[in-house]
Amino acid sequence: MAPVLELRGMTKAFPGVLANDHIDLTLQEGEILALLGENGAGKTTLMNLLYGLYQPDAGEIFVRGQKVEIHGPNDAIALGIGMVHQHFMLVPVFTVTENVMLGVESIHRGVFLDRQQAANRVREISDQYKLEVDPDAYVGQLPVGVQQRVEIIKVLYREADILILDEPTAVLTPQEVEELFKIIRSLCKQGKSIIFITHKLKEVMAIADRIGVLRGGRMVGTTTPEKATMETLAQMMVGREVVLVCEKEPAKPTDIILEVEDLHVSDARGNPAVRGISFDVRAGEILGVAGVQGNGQTELVRALTGLLRAQAGRVSINGVDVTKASPRKILEQGVAHVPEDRQQDGLVLKYPVYDNLVLNTYYLPPFAKGISLQQHAILQAAAERAYLFDVRTPNIYMPTSTLSGGNQQKVIVAREFSRPIRLLIASQPTRGLDVGSIEYIHRRIIEKRDEGTAVLLVSPELDEILALSDRIAVMYRGQFMAILPAKEATRQQLGLLMAGVSDEAAPEDAATVEDIIDRF
Amino acid sequence: MSEPQDKTDSRASTIKRLLLRPPRGKVLDAILLPILAVFTALVIGALVIVFTDLEVLNLYKHFFSAPGKALAASWKEVASAYSAMFKGSIGDPAQFIKGFEALRATGDLAPLRQAFWPISESLVTSVPYIFAGLAVALGFQCGLFNIGVEGQIFIGAIASVFVGYSITGLPAYIHVPLAFLAGAVAAGIWGGIAGLLKAKTGAHEVINTIMMNYIAFRLSDWLLRGPMKRPGYVPISPSIEHSARLPRFFADPIRFHAGFFVALAVAALVYWLLFKTTIGFEIRSVGANPNAARYAGISVTRNFILAMFLSGALAGMAGANEVLGVNYNLAAAFSSGYGFDSIALALLGKSHPVGVVLAALLFGTLRSGATRMQSLAGIPIDIISIIQALVIIFIAAPAIIRWIYHLRVQQEGAEAIFTRGWGT
Repeated sequence: MAPVLELRGMTKAFPGVLANDHIDLTLQEGEILALLGENGAGKTTLMNLLYGLYQPDAGEIFVRGQKVEIHGPNDAIALGIGMVHQHFMLVPVFTVTENVMLGVESIHRGVFLDRQQAANRVREISDQYKLEVDPDAYVGQLPVGVQQRVEIIKVLYREADILILDEPTAVLTPQEVEELFKIIRSLCKQGKSIIFITHKLKEVMAIADRIGVLRGGRMVGTTTPEKATMETLAQMMVGREVVLVCEKEPAKPTDIILEVEDLHVSDARGNPAVRGISFDVRAGEILGVAGVQGNGQTELVRALTGLLRAQAGRVSINGVDVTKASPRKILEQGVAHVPEDRQQDGLVLKYPVYDNLVLNTYYLPPFAKGISLQQHAILQAAAERAYLFDVRTPNIYMPTSTLSGGNQQKVIVAREFSRPIRLLIASQPTRGLDVGSIEYIHRRIIEKRDEGTAVLLVSPELDEILALSDRIAVMYRGQFMAILPAKEATRQQLGLLMAGVSDEAAPEDAATVEDIIDRF
Repeated sequence: MSEPQDKTDSRASTIKRLLLRPPRGKVLDAILLPILAVFTALVIGALVIVFTDLEVLNLYKHFFSAPGKALAASWKEVASAYSAMFKGSIGDPAQFIKGFEALRATGDLAPLRQAFWPISESLVTSVPYIFAGLAVALGFQCGLFNIGVEGQIFIGAIASVFVGYSITGLPAYIHVPLAFLAGAVAAGIWGGIAGLLKAKTGAHEVINTIMMNYIAFRLSDWLLRGPMKRPGYVPISPSIEHSARLPRFFADPIRFHAGFFVALAVAALVYWLLFKTTIGFEIRSVGANPNAARYAGISVTRNFILAMFLSGALAGMAGANEVLGVNYNLAAAFSSGYGFDSIALALLGKSHPVGVVLAALLFGTLRSGATRMQSLAGIPIDIISIIQALVIIFIAAPAIIRWIYHLRVQQEGAEAIFTRGWGT
């Protein structure tokens, strides 16, 4: 039988880059093909060629054995190819049904929208693939995972049978990822074929039938989860051996640097988000805060860095009370902060790289004399930092928005690590980064620890917590369930704590526990 | 071949590469769009001129029998309109020749002054535009939309004129700066109120400044009919002391005065403040990404207040300039909409001081040329509002210009480098 989709010799050049270099790819019916590659490997370009957003310089596309030309998304949709973008294209104030019918509105009596018919169809699709989406819910009020399912419904509503999912797990919590995987499997069982784009090795191993690895615009190999290991995949992806586990010496903690007592913080809407947390972090150790996203980690970090006012409690750094201090005063205590959302909080994207490298030290000598900025000193220091932290940019005058996510993160790390610091607060420091960058940033964090910096690491990725932490705190609904030495912590135990099941409490029934463990 | 040597080499060469400035986008590329926008607006303005003239329109009824007549009449109409505008804003070449001849023959300067009068008027009109445009641009740089420039101009004018006529016996070198700064500070405080309201209560500055405009207009009406009215029936303030006048350099009718140089100096100062100081870095950071600014320890609220104060102060200078350099008194409705035109002007100048000065010179020239066009060619002055409006549309929607002239979208990187910090 002819493959449902076949690409032959797809080539696309952009000025200065060969984004896709003679890529061949086949997709069988009912198959899950994972397309693995680092940021910039050409995955998205290839899919945009397939979806008609770009025109290839060379190459042929066959759908169900027929040679086709795709000049735009409408052609792709007509051929049954649907794309779920990494960034959702939804109107938050519309209902699910309205979002789904947008662009293919069904109409009755000339001008009136036939919402009922569309809603019925949405319900049918939702039931058929167990998507559990309410057609009448407003999209803005739905959790991210459900919004993604709305995107999937949009594609199915247009009767696609080849689905392209572009980095679908980047925005999901571990549970949502597991739910998404169930949905993907059920789609395949019913004859849909799926291309799953990602750079996360673990997901590939969990979901794919076949794996294609892209590097530098070329297809460097195809394999299957049975034949591959995470290590071999990483090597194919990066082109060299990658250390997935960070080597580190045991911690040698000394003085207490950060001390938090009974901290209470409310979120932006005034609901309690952090409810009475006490802990300390010593120089030379890494305290990891694990937990499913949305359990108050964001508010905890914002309160510690002065971006959010605590309701009650006490925070001191180096013995100085900073509970009500401004962000600048806290920075000046020697606190480095790698923020959760680098584009929203960590960078001024339209500034050139050099300005972002001094974003919080611009007013200090040698970068300023009085109010006068010392351009020469700033440029010199910026170039030095960009070199030391391997920021990949043609020069430091490029707008920071033109850098890849990994390099943007390196700009932040370079800035924060280049001044004398005693406490590092790193929130999801490797979110959305590829293997190479993750390895790099992890190494830098351990280096800082070994220099005697106290490190507070917050991450929903259990792997990251386990790889770096010396002690692990598990956060659940605004409280720490426990603080464990990393050596003694097991994945299972952490998983239970993350789900709010404490050590003492007996599990209610075995099935639930299995479920919970399964998720992590 | 030792390895450490290689390492230092690669370190030095990498740093050198990182420090190498990319070739600047050509200046022409950056100003091409604005120039085409103005040109296109003038072309469409010409069509409007033709199709609003009944006589010419009537000729088009016979277009198919006598197309030449209609086209010739159209051409004549447009040519006379725009040549009147040119003569009214730059000057009439014939007048210049006459002026120089008169100077050589009799030593009489008056005809030459007459020849230079249009360009002097254009520059005089440009000065308040420079100040007001800088006011809007500075607000934009901090992410604030100051629609209150018109009101702030009035407040500045009131304060300046008051210091100008009420204090007597001062030497000019004290009185002029004092009156000028009084206008700047008063309007700065007026603008700062809107900034304070935004910082403390979150009230949007657009709403606040619009409301503050009405308060300023009515305040000046009341003052000019009451406490500040000169004896008589006309709502007009007393004339300022001679010692408070911005000096003029030539005899009448040339009104060109020192305010022009003050405006250029202030534009340079604003450039320095925005791009070369920590204060400007903070203002621009808050404008570009308030979250990141806060994260970096910059006080967002303080910069809102500061930027609105500075923006108001710049607007106040426009008002001060008008009463101290041109009118020497304050009359009701003296600022024919400089504050509102300046929003368009700041957009045209991409919120950059240099761009603002160039745009202000253009607007000043158009405005003063239009006055002459009205009297010489009988074209209503409103045509200039149409042209200005078209310029704004084309600047706000550059895709139109790109489409008309088949311009390619520049590479994002390249464009962004040149427009870095241009507040767009």
